[in-house]
Amino acid sequence: MDLVIILSTLDATIRLSTPLLLACLAGLYSERAGVFDIGLEGKMLAAAFGAAAVAAVTNNVWLGLLAGVGVSLSTSALQGAAAITLKGNQLIAGVAINMLAAGLTTFLGIQWFAQGGRTPALTPDSRFGNMTLPFADELAGVPVLGQIYSELISGHNLLVYIAFLAVPITWFVLYRTRFGLRLRAVGENPKAVDTAGISVIALRYQAVLITGLLCGLAGAFFSIAQGSGFGNNMTAGKGFIALAALIFAKWKPVPAMFTCLLFGFLDALQIRLQNTDIFGVTVPVQAIQALPYILTVVLLAGFIGKAVGPKAGGVAYTKER
Amino acid sequence: MTSNTPSGATSAQRPSGAADASEFAIELRKINKRFGPVHANRDIDLAIRRGSVHGIVGENGAGKSTLMSILYGFYTADSGEIRVNGTTHAITDSRHALALGIGMVHQHFMLVDNFTILENVILGAEDKALLGPSLERARKELVRLAKDYRLDVDPDAVIEDVSVGTQQRVEILKALYRGADVLILDEPTGVLTPAEADDLFRVLRELRDQGKTIILITHKLREIMAITDYVSVMRQGAIVETLKTSETNPEQLAELMVGRRVLLRVEKGPAHPGEVLLSVENLVVKDDLGVTRVKDVSFTVRAGEIVGIAGVAGNGQSELLESVSGMRDQSAGIVRLKGKPLSLEGDDGAHRARQAGLAHVPEDRQRMGLVTAFEEWENSILGYEDDKAYGKGILLDIDAARAQARERIKKFDIRPANERLKTANFSGGNQQKIVLAREMERNPDVLIVGQPTRGVDIGAIEFIHNQIIKMRDAGKAILLVSVELDEIRSLADRILVMFDGQIVGEADPATATERDLGLMMAGIGNKAAPQARVAAEGQRE
Repeated sequence: MDLVIILSTLDATIRLSTPLLLACLAGLYSERAGVFDIGLEGKMLAAAFGAAAVAAVTNNVWLGLLAGVGVSLSTSALQGAAAITLKGNQLIAGVAINMLAAGLTTFLGIQWFAQGGRTPALTPDSRFGNMTLPFADELAGVPVLGQIYSELISGHNLLVYIAFLAVPITWFVLYRTRFGLRLRAVGENPKAVDTAGISVIALRYQAVLITGLLCGLAGAFFSIAQGSGFGNNMTAGKGFIALAALIFAKWKPVPAMFTCLLFGFLDALQIRLQNTDIFGVTVPVQAIQALPYILTVVLLAGFIGKAVGPKAGGVAYTKER
Repeated sequence: MTSNTPSGATSAQRPSGAADASEFAIELRKINKRFGPVHANRDIDLAIRRGSVHGIVGENGAGKSTLMSILYGFYTADSGEIRVNGTTHAITDSRHALALGIGMVHQHFMLVDNFTILENVILGAEDKALLGPSLERARKELVRLAKDYRLDVDPDAVIEDVSVGTQQRVEILKALYRGADVLILDEPTGVLTPAEADDLFRVLRELRDQGKTIILITHKLREIMAITDYVSVMRQGAIVETLKTSETNPEQLAELMVGRRVLLRVEKGPAHPGEVLLSVENLVVKDDLGVTRVKDVSFTVRAGEIVGIAGVAGNGQSELLESVSGMRDQSAGIVRLKGKPLSLEGDDGAHRARQAGLAHVPEDRQRMGLVTAFEEWENSILGYEDDKAYGKGILLDIDAARAQARERIKKFDIRPANERLKTANFSGGNQQKIVLAREMERNPDVLIVGQPTRGVDIGAIEFIHNQIIKMRDAGKAILLVSVELDEIRSLADRILVMFDGQIVGEADPATATERDLGLMMAGIGNKAAPQARVAAEGQRE
């Protein structure tokens, strides 16, 4: 394979990892605080729809983004109310969000736009275009390094850069700030936090809202950055893969990035392998498309070892007596 | 319901109402607290002298913890007054209590397992949004505290890697870091080895000598006698008596606690050992990590005798118990019951052992002996639910099981006497009685008992000990493992001492002194006792 093919595959890797990474980091905040979030998928889907719908109507990408994030935040708040305040089962709260999002986006799409659930195609103004980083064109002629810079690093949309920037930020927040210390503590032993005189409930809400924010960005990426409009179930289970990546990365931000890149790479490979013969045999497209999902299962089952999540995860906090 | 201030304290003793502001760190007046129909605290008057160690004893449910929770701001009293350093305060939450200089070391540690000691110390007491400066300050402060009170810890060690004793130290450091002058410790020695408990007492004395005030909640009279200056006895929500420790004795305290005379010393006749019922030959057992914890151990237990295994926790006793009862596979060796080899391998080893007539009261009743979410009657048949007495085929005869549970409740004086109550709602002593009743009432040939009275009230201890003696006198073989040396000495007819996975000695409880046993437990021949303790501590870690 020559450099161009490798670069274009890696370029696709970065693009395909972005929503995974955003969703994975989203889940990280919530789960580190002790709220299991199986509803990443639903929040992304709802955000994708919200962003596309508003962007299509207003023809403004920023309003679209704002709407996507807003929808995701309110969904998070709803999930938080169920799982934190009302002490409902966190898994069921998440499943409910997923089902609600799947149904409601299609229903509203048909009602509002009458295009079989799709939102109208977006104009260039109403979606995030690819950005050319400074000197990308000038350096394109420089062999290897210049090519990597101009092909691989430059030329993505804003949300891609935000996603990768969120990794060091998350690391810093988690390990170098008071909020991060408390966040990690509340997922491990909420009683320790409570007896230290800090509100467990408030901390968990803050975490869940950050999750909402990041899921909003991930959803917007699908419909108004990578795509140009919303399509039914366009998140295609990426929220669950992000959840798998989170477990695989043992709830740590930097490993989360590499895991998401790995899953993104599998996806990119899958696209590249379609319609190519492997050892003279034409493999059905469906089998190739299933590859990333199969590998997710294999990786999770075989290579991860024992993944111990935050100890207090999944349980609503109740003061004793 | 008599005196309220430490009686006969000093020559300068004055009536509590006129107490000098500097004399008492804490004064509680007419504190009342009800939980529904339960009057948990009634008209509590209590004055804690500054710079003293003040013990509060009482059985479980006497209201000790409720009282301290009121002082620490977990609960608000229905009525009454709290004075800190002579000034009245309405303590609304733990933050408020901390601000007043009241710190608490909880019975179950409030630590984050995967945090370092430093992170645990600053949690909730961080200075600014960024952690760096707080961590630096805490690091310096820990060095100072370590020097002042000889409370050394490695600030960068992770909690789950350090011993329970160290974890408790971190709890104390947390309170001191937050500026506590009054330290409340709730049953602090329940999870500690004797050596760790000794070290805790040393620290507490150190703290007291430097002017801190310590409130120690416990039900162990030995600790009261060893460390406190004053002691208040609580019973059924009220303070029965406050005494100067030097002017009382364990018998008097036990009587005050229980409300009747209690025999602290077990009364038992001589043993009449018969045939060998249980014999363990060259047993080798590995733990979950593959480390050999029981190394070629052999012993026998005869009908009509109690063999006690003494030792500092973690010297292979747990693995020995788990192996002989069929819960853990053995690497080598034979266990015989009445001469016949027992097949204990595999997941159903424990079941086969029970069927063969070997009953087991596990060390940790909540983790291994009971399903605490079950109702009492369900636990009373647990492990024997296949028995014909409880039903045929796939159906349980619930009425029969419950009727039998009721009988056992009566016989073992389990309170509350309600077989439909969730097991978690019974006190530790009553939970233990549920397990004991289940295992003893099967009339086994051999009874293996681990830590029978850990976390159990004094009244229940007496009952449990008597039941064990009764089993012995009925000609059963009893293997008793306990880290409470007093318990081993008073119950056992023969003492085996375990150290580093081996039986290092045998002693006759009638003649062996505590010092002899302590030395054997430390794996040391003839050095002085204090050094032995230190060595044992080192060995354990």
